[in-house]
Amino acid sequence: MELVTPAIGLVFWMLVTFSLLLVILKKFAWAPILTSIKEREETIENALSQAQQARDEMSKLQSQNENLLAEARSERDSLLKEAREMKDKIISEAKSAADEEAKKLVARANDEINKQKQAAMQELKKEVASFSVQIAEKLVSAELEKSEKQQSLIDAQLAEFTKN
Amino acid sequence: MRIPSFTALRASQATLANSIFYVLLVVFFTFVSPLQASHIDEELAEDSEMDEKFEPGRMILEHVSDAHDWHLWGHTAIPLPVIIYSPEQGLKIFSSSRLEHGHAAYEGIRLHEGHLIWEDEACTDGLYDLSITKNVMAMLLASVFLMLMMIRTSSTYRKRAGKAPRGFLNLLEPLILFLRDDVAKPSIGKKADRYLPMLLTVFFFIFVNNLFGLIPVFPGGANVTGNIAVTMVLSVIVFLTVTFSSNQYYWKHIFMPDVPVWMYPIIIPIEILGVVLKPFVLMLRLFANITAGHIIILGFFSLIFIFGAMNPTLGYAVSPVSVAFTVFMSLLELLVAFLQAFVFTLLSAIYIGMAVEEHH
Repeated sequence: MELVTPAIGLVFWMLVTFSLLLVILKKFAWAPILTSIKEREETIENALSQAQQARDEMSKLQSQNENLLAEARSERDSLLKEAREMKDKIISEAKSAADEEAKKLVARANDEINKQKQAAMQELKKEVASFSVQIAEKLVSAELEKSEKQQSLIDAQLAEFTKN
Repeated sequence: MRIPSFTALRASQATLANSIFYVLLVVFFTFVSPLQASHIDEELAEDSEMDEKFEPGRMILEHVSDAHDWHLWGHTAIPLPVIIYSPEQGLKIFSSSRLEHGHAAYEGIRLHEGHLIWEDEACTDGLYDLSITKNVMAMLLASVFLMLMMIRTSSTYRKRAGKAPRGFLNLLEPLILFLRDDVAKPSIGKKADRYLPMLLTVFFFIFVNNLFGLIPVFPGGANVTGNIAVTMVLSVIVFLTVTFSSNQYYWKHIFMPDVPVWMYPIIIPIEILGVVLKPFVLMLRLFANITAGHIIILGFFSLIFIFGAMNPTLGYAVSPVSVAFTVFMSLLELLVAFLQAFVFTLLSAIYIGMAVEEHH
């Protein structure tokens, strides 16, 4: 029975001690400790969220960079393409111009040749005429000697002439 | 109550040390008693007579009960102040050494089986014993220890603000965080922060006193948390906290429960009983667990002397077994020291949570 009978003195001192302990610990221990823990937790949480933010920003920057790079690359490609087209155009233009020029030259050369040919023909005709005159002269003179001979001469001359 | 053998262990460790000294007293009772040399002969005669006839029940009860001095070894004890108040004679303060363990009376006061009584009337009527007893002293020492430890810890926090915990903080912080995140917050909810200082104080008070109770020598050894007065005050504090923080839902649940009206005559008395029963069980659980632990360890220890009284050889033969069991129980008590502090705090938190809950 004695064990389960609370002693008044112990109750009194327990009440005093525990109340004091509660007040003192609350003021000087629990409040600062719990505040510190909370502050630290907040610090850690902030640091973590900041790190997350930084990471997000980083990946954003990275994707931006990639976009920029891709843009630059496509621009370069289009520039190159343009340049190539330009080159091809210039070359083909130059080619066609050269062709035309060549054609013109050829035409002119042909003209010249024709002209020359015409002139040569003219000359030839003149020559032929003079030959004919000469032949005629010879024929006339041979007729004077022998009519037979004259005949063979004329034939020979004519054959030669036609050969020419 | 739930695990009496476990709880008994830890109190018994403290008692174990005491009982070791008690045994030393038995063995060396013929030698010195420096503090109370004046009455040594008379007491020696009595003690030797008593010690020859070993009474385990009496020895165990002496060790789990409160005392007016702090027994160290042999006949050496630290006298503690006796404070007595009576309406007729007022306040009296003197050293417990004046009472000479019941062999002498001082200012009309006499010690009888651990209690202070009026010498003339042999009764305690109108006598209020507010002495600093062994338990009060042990409780004060533990409280001072707790205060120094916690205040130092809080100053460390201030000094190392924003840095990682180091050293001793690594031991305390998990406990504090455990109580905050796993005991207070799930049980009480949003208002947990308001009750946290109280719960922390209750937990650490019980825990430190439990551990001090396990130390066999001087600053420990007292059965503080195994004393019904101590657990009663603790549970009354919990009861008052619950009652004063309760809202209308709590009382509605008691006086207008969600049952058919014809059941009210049965339910309402049960609910009202429950309000008182909860702290009452808190009180009993802590008291019974810790005291039972002390008793079991002392019981194992007594086996040596019970068998030794039959035959000295038998006593020696039993002693290794007894010591092994006592050590085992003491280790178990270390677990119980934490467990009971935790259970008390957790149930307090749950009761507070029930009182402040907003709706069902």
